[in-house]
This record gives sequence, C-alpha cells and structure tokens, in this order.
Amino acid sequence: MKNIRNFCIIAHIDHGKSTLADRLLDFTGSVTEREKQDQLLDNMDLERERGITIKSHAIQMEYQYEGETYVLNLIDTPGHVDFSYEVSRSIAACEGALLVVDAAQSVQAQTISNLYLALENDLEIIPVLNKVDLPSANPEEVTDDIVDLLGCAPEEVIPASAKTGVGIEEILKAVIERVPAPEGSSDSPLQALVFDSVYNPFRGVETYFRVLNGEIKKGQKIKFMATGKSYFADEIGTLKLVQHPKPIIKTGDVGYLITGIKDAREVKVGDTITLNDTPAESAIEGFEDVKPMVFAGIYPVDTEDFEELRSSMEKLQLNDASLVFTPESSAALGFGFRCGFLGMLHMEIVQERLEREFNMTVITTVPNVSYHAFTTKNTNDHIIVNNPSDLPDPSTLDRVEEPYIKATIITKSDFVGNVMSLCIDKRGQITNQTYLTTERVELTFDMPLAEIVFDFYDRLKTVSKGYASFDYTPIGMRVSKLVRVDILLNAQPVDALSALVHFDNAQTIGKKMCEKLKELIPRQQFDIPIQAAIGSKIISRETIKALRKDVTAKCYGGDISRKRKLLEKQKKGKKRMRQVGNVEIPQQAFMAVLKLND
Amino acid sequence: MVAALAKEITLRRSELQGQQVETIYFGGGTPSVLEVDEVVQLISVIQTNYQLVDNPEITLEANPDDLSEDYIIALAKSPVNRLSIGIQSFFETDLRLMNRSHTAEQAVSSIKCATRYFDNISVDLIYGIPGMDDDQWQSNIEKAVSFGLPHISSYALTVEPKTALKKFIAEKLIPEIDDEQAERQFHLLVAQLGEVGYVNYETSNFGKPGFFSKNNTAYWQGKSYLGIGPSAHSFDGEKRGWNLRNNIKYMQALAADKLPITYETLSRTDRYNEYVMTGLRTIWGVSLQKVEHEFGKTYGAYLHRQAIKYIEQKLLFWDGDILLATKKGKFLVDGIASDLFMVNLS
Ligand SMILES: Nc1nc2c(ncn2[C@@H]2O[C@H](COP(=O)(O)OP(=O)(O)OP(=O)(O)O)[C@@H](O)[C@H]2O)c(=O)[nH]1
Ligand SMILES: [Mg+2]
Repeated sequence: MKNIRNFCIIAHIDHGKSTLADRLLDFTGSVTEREKQDQLLDNMDLERERGITIKSHAIQMEYQYEGETYVLNLIDTPGHVDFSYEVSRSIAACEGALLVVDAAQSVQAQTISNLYLALENDLEIIPVLNKVDLPSANPEEVTDDIVDLLGCAPEEVIPASAKTGVGIEEILKAVIERVPAPEGSSDSPLQALVFDSVYNPFRGVETYFRVLNGEIKKGQKIKFMATGKSYFADEIGTLKLVQHPKPIIKTGDVGYLITGIKDAREVKVGDTITLNDTPAESAIEGFEDVKPMVFAGIYPVDTEDFEELRSSMEKLQLNDASLVFTPESSAALGFGFRCGFLGMLHMEIVQERLEREFNMTVITTVPNVSYHAFTTKNTNDHIIVNNPSDLPDPSTLDRVEEPYIKATIITKSDFVGNVMSLCIDKRGQITNQTYLTTERVELTFDMPLAEIVFDFYDRLKTVSKGYASFDYTPIGMRVSKLVRVDILLNAQPVDALSALVHFDNAQTIGKKMCEKLKELIPRQQFDIPIQAAIGSKIISRETIKALRKDVTAKCYGGDISRKRKLLEKQKKGKKRMRQVGNVEIPQQAFMAVLKLND
Repeated sequence: MVAALAKEITLRRSELQGQQVETIYFGGGTPSVLEVDEVVQLISVIQTNYQLVDNPEITLEANPDDLSEDYIIALAKSPVNRLSIGIQSFFETDLRLMNRSHTAEQAVSSIKCATRYFDNISVDLIYGIPGMDDDQWQSNIEKAVSFGLPHISSYALTVEPKTALKKFIAEKLIPEIDDEQAERQFHLLVAQLGEVGYVNYETSNFGKPGFFSKNNTAYWQGKSYLGIGPSAHSFDGEKRGWNLRNNIKYMQALAADKLPITYETLSRTDRYNEYVMTGLRTIWGVSLQKVEHEFGKTYGAYLHRQAIKYIEQKLLFWDGDILLATKKGKFLVDGIASDLFMVNLS
C-alpha cells in the first residue's frame, strides 16, 4: 500500500490534461509504440471528434523510483463545467491532484472551481505549469498567479510541456514524494467505493471502484450496500489500457469488478462494495447528489420505442451519473422522460450517446431551468416546474420564482466593457469587479440561470475573442415575471414546443419561434398555420404554404434509379420526423428555440 | 463513335435472351452526331443481332434546328417511323430565356415539314417559365394541337445548377420559378388536352389512343431495356447498368472489346419502390395484385396501410385493386411515392 499513489489531473478546459496523461503513460512505459496516439484516454468517438474530454478515465501505471516499484493510478478528468460531476467523483478516489495551468492562459474559472473541489476532499495539490513551450507562454507571471492562488512556494510549481515532454520526470517524482500513500486497513472488512460504471452488452455491468479498507478477491461473494444485493465477483482486475484480470485488489488500489449484472438499475455510482459474509458496518459516504441545471424532455421518435429508450437511458446513466430522468408524457409526443442535465453541452452529449451507443433516435424538447410556482390558493408552498406544461394556469398563479446564479467571469481588462454589456443584456447585475493583475479582471454577477443556459457561452466567447472563462454557483430563487409561450400548428397546441420565458422577451421570442419553425418544418400537402400564443392571446403567426409541386418532370431510363434513391433518402429523413396531428415535424424543430438567433 | 455503338450492340447480343425488341429510340442530340445513313446502319446492326417484332416503334429525337427538310426526307425513307421534336415553346422570348438554339419560326416550320412525311410525331412543351402567363401557355397548347399531332410531352421548367438560367435568377434578372404557376399551368394543360382527346397517360405525357410512346411506357412498366452509348442505362428486370459517361473512355473501352458498363442489382424492395414511384405517374397506377404477386403479401399490406392517409386527403384513390393519383394528387406524386416506399433504417 505504501507504494500506491492515486491521483487525478484537473484543470480548466483545454489546459492539456489529457495530453499530459499521454506523456505520463509514455514515460512510465505503460503504452506500446503501436498504442500511442494523441489524447489516448479520450477513447470515445465523441471525445475525439470534439477534442474534449467528456468522461473521467482511470488508468494504472507502474514506475520504478529509487529502486522501488510504484503503482500509480491516474484519473484524467474533463475540464468543461458540464462534466464537473465527473471531476468530483474522481477526486473522491484520489489522495492527490495535478492542477494543470496553461502557461499562456493562466488561472481560469474552472482552475479555481476544480481546485476547490480537490481542497474540500483534502487532496494534495501539485501545481503544473503546462505548455511552457508555447511562444505566448508567460511562465513567470503565471507562476505568480498560481502561487497567489495556492499560497505555495514558487519552487513547488513544476514547469512542463505535455507537448515536448519537459518536466514529466519531475511530475512523477512529485507524485511519489508529495502525494500521500493511501491510508486504510487491510484487516478491516471490505469497503470499496464505486466511482464509475459502464454497461457492456456482453459482460453486463462493469463497476470501477477504489478499495478504502480490506481487500477483494476473485470469486468472493460481495454485496452492494445501498441496494443490499449480493453477487459473486466473477472477475476483478486493474485498469490498464485494457482490463487486466487479477486474483486480488488490495487496500488503497483502484480496480474493476464484473459480476454479470445485466440490469443497469442494480448498480449505483457512489455505492459501497463489501463482502457478503463479513460486511462492513457502514457504507462510505457516497457522492453528493447531482443538481441538474437544465431540464428537457427526451422522447423516442417512434412511440413504440419507449421501453427501449428507458433501458437505454438506464444503461447510459451507469456511465453518466450526472444524468437524471423521470417518466413524463406529452400530448404531442406520447411517453418520454423529463431529464435533468448539467448544461446544454451535457444535453447534447446525452442525445448523441443515445444515438450512437444505443441506436436510439430521440426528440429533445425545448430545455428550461427549474422554476418554483406559487398559486393563489397556497402562497407559501411552491410547485416545482421542470416542464412548461407544469406551470399553473395564469388565473390561479400567484407568482413564479426562477433560479439565480452567481457568475464568475475572468477576462482581460480590454473586454470588461463587452462582457458587462452582455451580462446586463442577460438580466445580470454586477456584484463585484476585482483586478487579479493589471491585465486580468474577475467580474461577478447575479444572473438568472435561464439566461446563461442558452446562448451565453458562445456569446461570451465572441465578445471576449475567446479570452473569458466562466463559472457559476446557484444562489437561490428570485421572483420573476414569467410566461409560457405556446405554439400552435394547424390550430393544435403542441405542448412539446412550449417555452417558459421572461415576460419582456415573450413577444420577440414568440415571433422568432414562428419564423424559425416556418424555416424548419418542410412544406406539406396543405397549408400549415403556425401561431405563438400566451394563454389565449395570439402574439405572432406565420404560414407554411402548401406544397404545390412535388413531382419531377422526367422519369425515363436512368432517371429511375437516381430518383428512387433520392426518394428513399427523403423517406428515411421522414422517419426521423414526428407526426403531430397531421403535421410532420423534424427533430430539430423541437429545439428551435435554441437557434433563434442563427 | 458509330463503330463503337455498333460494337456495343454486337457485344451485348446475348443479353436479351431471345426476347424481341419492340422499340428503338435515338435520344436527343442524335442528328447533330449521326447522319441518316449512320442511323440506318445502326438499325441494321440491331436487326442482325436481335430479333425484332413486326413493325417496331423506332423514334428519333431532334431539335427543330436540326430538322432540315433534307434530313426529314432522308429519315422518312429510313425505318425510323416516329419523330420527337423539342419544340418547348412557340414564343421567342421563352426560347431565349431558356437559351435554346432554335427560333420560334423554326419551331413552326419543323413541325409543318415533319407532318408532311410522318404521322407519328411528338413535340414537347415547357410550362412554368418565368414571365409566361396563362394565356401565353394556353396559346402554346392550342398551337401544338392545331398541327393534329398525336402525342405531346410537357414538362415544368426546372432550374438546373450551373446554367445561365440559374445565374440570372440568382442575380434577380429573372423572377424565381413559381410553383403555383407551374401547378396552375399543369392543370390547364391536362384539361385542355383532355378536351381534344389526349390521354394524360403519364405525368408528363399525353397521347391520342394508340399513340402512347411504347418506348417510354416500357420504362414505367418495369420492362427490360438496353441502353447503347455513353451514359446510357440498361435494365434486365433485376440489374440496372450504366455506361461510362465520357465519350473517349467509352470508345476506348469498346476498342479494347470491353463493355463500358457498371451494374447494380436491385433488391426486391428496390423494385417495389420503383414500381410504386413509376406506377403512380401513370394511368396504369400501382396494382395491389401485382405487388402481392411479385413482391409478397407484406408489401401489399404495407402499401395498403401507407396509402390510407393519402386516400383520406383525396390525393390517391383505389380503382378496384389499382392505386391511382387523383387530379389533385398528380402534381405531388413524388412525395407520396416516397412515403409509400419501403426502407430499412440502419
Ligand atoms: N503547445 C502545447 N500544446 C499543448 C500542450 N498540452 C496540450 N496542448 C494542446 O492543447 C490542446 C488541448 O489539450 P488536451 O490535452 O485535450 O486538453 P484537456 O485539458 O485534456 O482538455 P479537456 O479534457 O477538454 O478539458 C490540444 O490541442 C493539445 O495538443 C503543451 O504542453 N504545449
Ligand atoms: Mg482532456
């Protein structure tokens, strides 16, 4: 145990965590020449396509240091706020963290928020100044920023480049010397914390755990403490680039477990594994529940696929503990789920993963935050509104409260004006402005969560030319003037298109919604009126003109195959549309409200 | 080129497996490439290599400016017995807008001359041309009818990419193509030709009884055909093949005794889809019995189910077990056909 080190790599997005992990794996000889590739641990297609880490990824290395062999369990974590739950769970399995800071960009919003997560868990922090090879690197100044942030000595900051390999040996040395070995007693009953899991269609549920006390051996009868269910440990092992089966995983180590569980609901991330016959007295404190920020409905395109969607979501949830969902139904879409996400990127990733990993084509409805509504009957108790259709009728509505956040934005002084205008436009109120250095400013705002959930990031990036980072924490509910804008297609209200918006924006949003839907819904064999309404008052309307001509003039010899293929493609596209009444609505129309400004 | 064509005809002699050739069609542009004696020569190569029915329909497609009186006279003496003339419009402005090489006067004179030597003539007319009003369209129809021609093909103008027309529309020199105009003019056409005895036997084709194009009808009824020449398509009931597009490559392949063709085998579903797509365009419609017989009961049941919505909307109707497009549905059959298609999503 004294030769085990468990540590994670944390940082702001894109500061080079995954690339640094590559270098550590290289240096310790943990990957073969053939296996090598950039950001090796980002092994999901989605991660590679987007160039960002979505999932934390644990991997074990062995390293000789001063004549001893050390087992180093590394966890690479994502930097984007929407995946912060991945970071917090990884932290719980570690004693130390490499805090990576980009030598050109310095300390950014998620550097700070992830650092706090690590400190709350008493992790030993090893600051790494990465990308020192960059011509734009500013090592002295950034080192000062880090020293200010951590209150450490400048010598403790390790200059490194995940690109050239500078500093890698020093980092490994620091991990061994500065990160404490795990504590815990090998004689106590088994307590292993489940920090992640994944569904494998052939082998069932695989759980990833960290042993805190005791040991786990292959073949033992184990028990999940939260569910109370027992299984045999059919296979256990350590996480190398591929899984390495082992007869035993000892105290302090990280490993995987396969029991043949096929039902995703039987495993909970945060649960404690113990032995069935000599159980631990208590479970380890698990993880704080996730607090979803955005809610949206997810529905199968084909109503018959509801149960399949449920089982897919349960399986996905194993690997995405921040996803929450409850069944709901919509007049327009039938049965589906109201899902909670940590942000819009998270929502997009969930939708993508359902399609790619589970072959489920889904419709995602207009997202909203969670509101509190109070009725005139009972002005003290709130009704939670996660779905526009849950908003009580205006005649019985006393007031609505919406969630506010404290937004922290770090930017260059040149962009302070732009950032402020943006935040004010988003109903924000500035509460603080601090110059971190003469160049860098930290601004804090109180803002409605709903305003940052939608197109805030992109606009922030634009107005600051990319030089702004952003983090937020909820600060409670405030009274707000909210209305529901309903959309009627062919005079039928389509509940899945309703949106909760601030009264002042309702008119504009209603108008833009109608215009956008007109653009997104293909012409059909009849006229389709589109109306936006607040209650019974129509605030905007458009008409999709009926298709007048839908036939090609010529259809001889060679035209036939070409034409058939074209119409087949059209039919496939149509299968991804949802019929509401007699109107065919394409998937993306349900998200129209998000693209109003495109 | 004639040698290459003859070579292809000869090399493919076994493909029809004893089936008789009912029609021969020389496609658009032929007169500018082939002399009449070359046409005759090719017909005789066909005669030597294939079995022809008595009195095969032999069509030659030509533009008015290609049809000099001499050419027509020479053709009249050849086995060619049907002419298809690309008139498009009798108005000079339309012809210029569409960048045609003939004049309105040539349009009239070519028909007048052709009628002296041929009975079986077809002309084509274009509607939905920007700036063409309904009266103009009507007079185009009347003019075509006045020659007593037994067959008219008529197409809505489409703007193809990379054409002058496309560019003019993009630059707003010419108004956009208007669907409503096209639809209106199509219905005018159907009504007006109907009154004087033409049958709208396919979306774009109108013929007096006995004068439907046998050649084109074969395409819509899933019959086999051999396409000879660059980019020509062939079909043997199961496989569709297409020849190399490039003239030089086409000729090189044949010079090396190789067929310049690529095939694709149609699955049962492909054939069902094609039958639905072409069938709905014609007065023969889609026969449920034929669907069940050729493709199976599942296809029949599927067709029946998918059609319900369109029957309710009065875009399709059943005449016995034949599914047909209504007057209103005729101009929308592509989208409808697509919805009746069977596709595997994966
Ligand atoms: N020049 C230089 N570029 C680097 C270095 N480290 C990483 N990069 C580049 O920075 C970009 C982001 O690197 P990643 O390793 O994906 O960053 P990350 O922190 O894992 O990003 P997320 O997981 O999405 O938060 C990539 O283009 C890397 O090639 C470095 O030391 N020097
Ligand atoms: Mg990464």
